[in-house]
Amino acid sequence: MSQSKGRFGVHGGQYIPETLMNAVIELEKAYEHYKNDPEFNRELKDLLNNYAGRPSLLYYAEKMTKDLGGAKIYLKREDLNHTGSHKINNVLGQALLAKKMGKTRLIAETGAGQHGVATATAAALMGMECVVFMGKEDTERQALNVYRMRLLGAEVIPVTSGTATLKDAVSEAMREWTSRIDDTHYCLGSVMGPHPFPTIVRDFQAVISKESREQILEAEGRLPDAVIACVGGGSNAIGSFYNFIPDESVRLIGCEAAGRGIDTFETAATVNTGRIGIFHGMKSYFCQDEYGQIAPVYSISAGLDYPGVGPEHAHLHDIGRAEYVPITDDEAVNAFEYLSRTEGIIPAIESAHAVAYAMKLAPTMDKDKIIIITVSGRGDKDCAAIARYRGEDIHE
Amino acid sequence: MSNIRDAFRNGKAFIPFITCGDPDLETTAKAVRAAAENGADLIELGIPFSDPTAEGPVIQGANIRALAGGITTDKIFDFVAELRRDVKIPLVFMTYANVVFSYDSERFMARCCETGVGGIILPDLPFEEKEEFSAVAKQYGVDLISLIAPTSENRIAMIAKEAEGFIYIVSSLGVTGTRTEITTNIGDIVKVIRENTDVPCAVGFGISKPEQAQKMAALSDGAIVGSAIIKLLEKYGKDAPPYIGEYVKSMKDAVMSAE
Repeated sequence: MSQSKGRFGVHGGQYIPETLMNAVIELEKAYEHYKNDPEFNRELKDLLNNYAGRPSLLYYAEKMTKDLGGAKIYLKREDLNHTGSHKINNVLGQALLAKKMGKTRLIAETGAGQHGVATATAAALMGMECVVFMGKEDTERQALNVYRMRLLGAEVIPVTSGTATLKDAVSEAMREWTSRIDDTHYCLGSVMGPHPFPTIVRDFQAVISKESREQILEAEGRLPDAVIACVGGGSNAIGSFYNFIPDESVRLIGCEAAGRGIDTFETAATVNTGRIGIFHGMKSYFCQDEYGQIAPVYSISAGLDYPGVGPEHAHLHDIGRAEYVPITDDEAVNAFEYLSRTEGIIPAIESAHAVAYAMKLAPTMDKDKIIIITVSGRGDKDCAAIARYRGEDIHE
Repeated sequence: MSNIRDAFRNGKAFIPFITCGDPDLETTAKAVRAAAENGADLIELGIPFSDPTAEGPVIQGANIRALAGGITTDKIFDFVAELRRDVKIPLVFMTYANVVFSYDSERFMARCCETGVGGIILPDLPFEEKEEFSAVAKQYGVDLISLIAPTSENRIAMIAKEAEGFIYIVSSLGVTGTRTEITTNIGDIVKVIRENTDVPCAVGFGISKPEQAQKMAALSDGAIVGSAIIKLLEKYGKDAPPYIGEYVKSMKDAVMSAE
């Protein structure tokens, strides 16, 4: 009898080539061992606190709160982490795990470049070789991050197959892993792919809500009414939601990239426009045509420009525990500028999708309500692209 | 049970792979007939997928060309029905799980049964996930072909015990594509397979030359070739079928000479 592992309701599983099966089984065994190993956890905590700068702040955005005139807004400042995003939380965990497994080489996919930069950083710190696959189109719109990865000693391989964006970078990293398994760990950047990745990445990102739950109880003496995060594959969102899932009074809201709108083909809003399918190792929702061909998706944000979503999000959607709302490019760019001017915080264009929804939601809520927005990353990398969106050509 | 076993009754089998609709279905039909007339024992028909993660650049290219030409799963079933009027050798589909799943797996298997397609190869459906399709496949007499890889090791026996149709031995790590050398110890893998099943096994991935096919067929029950045939289609386009016929003949001769 065969037995499928890593299910979230009907979603998840391990839809991968036989060549990789022993690799993911080995990874699962190692993770099951080390996640309960006090020494591993002590080392990881030390890295998170003394290298990545955790815990991240939970900041009361007073000006934004007053300006919107509704619910009290807190920002979970993942943008303040070393390397500038939440991606470092997962990467430090996986790199440490890979090292314990005797691997000497990390490969990764990246969209906006944040996960690639985080992986290159961890590889540099731990003395490992690093190869990052990045869609050619993304290497152009995120040129600064390509330079950062190379500066950190990583090799960046521009991917030209398919749509030359994040999904193709994932495909190429998977292909590379099937050709070199012995010394190589695939450091997957989101809560997607075959089991055990969605669980491992979620556990490493759950530090976000572990902290924010404690921080909000400390600051306000009660739980928030809503937690809002952007969703591409969904790693910062699941990390932001996870420790609040049992707290039924807390609304969990994931913001998908609608691109030019969910009524157009130029969108990446998977839960809102996709159907159930099987791709990249998992069963989940995907943007696809009637024959199951994966759709070329679009968003201004290279990090959310992915045709699928992690299986645990698909399940949270199915059971109604989390809501997934679409945010257009226009709304995200407005929020990018709004947070910069109002709070002096330049968010990543990905995170700006979460800010944009909060701008709509907060005014509809009473002043005694509380919203936490996860600012998953900082926006320096996006300045040139946003300037272009506004018709201004700047040279970095 | 399907007719796949018939493919292994004429000595060592030669199994070519052809992507449907590359560059168009008319050419695919001619290529299939040329292969069948020149000794192919079983043909793997590829249903293109937008993101074929187990394929190297050559077969990725065939998928892109076929999809750009407007190929769909429905058109492929109609095409196979037409082909079946004179092509009698066993046929199997090779595609990805989402193509079957999104078509509705029961409807997919029913149409395989109608058109005489005896099996399907899904490189992204490992042993642990085969229940996704196994019940409906069985109901319609379609074999789910198992793959065994150089990294399978302790899994070979488990996979072989439940194998149907034939076993596809992946010769090398990595994705599809031609290779100058195959370093995996195929003999050791076949030994474990034979201890656990009498289902025939054929070797694929990386084979392009007659000497390689002969060597792999000597170790197993046959050789599978994909990228080398797709390269002929890439090079000659609509004029490829006679070249494919000639190539298949040379490969069938090579596997037949294998001890």
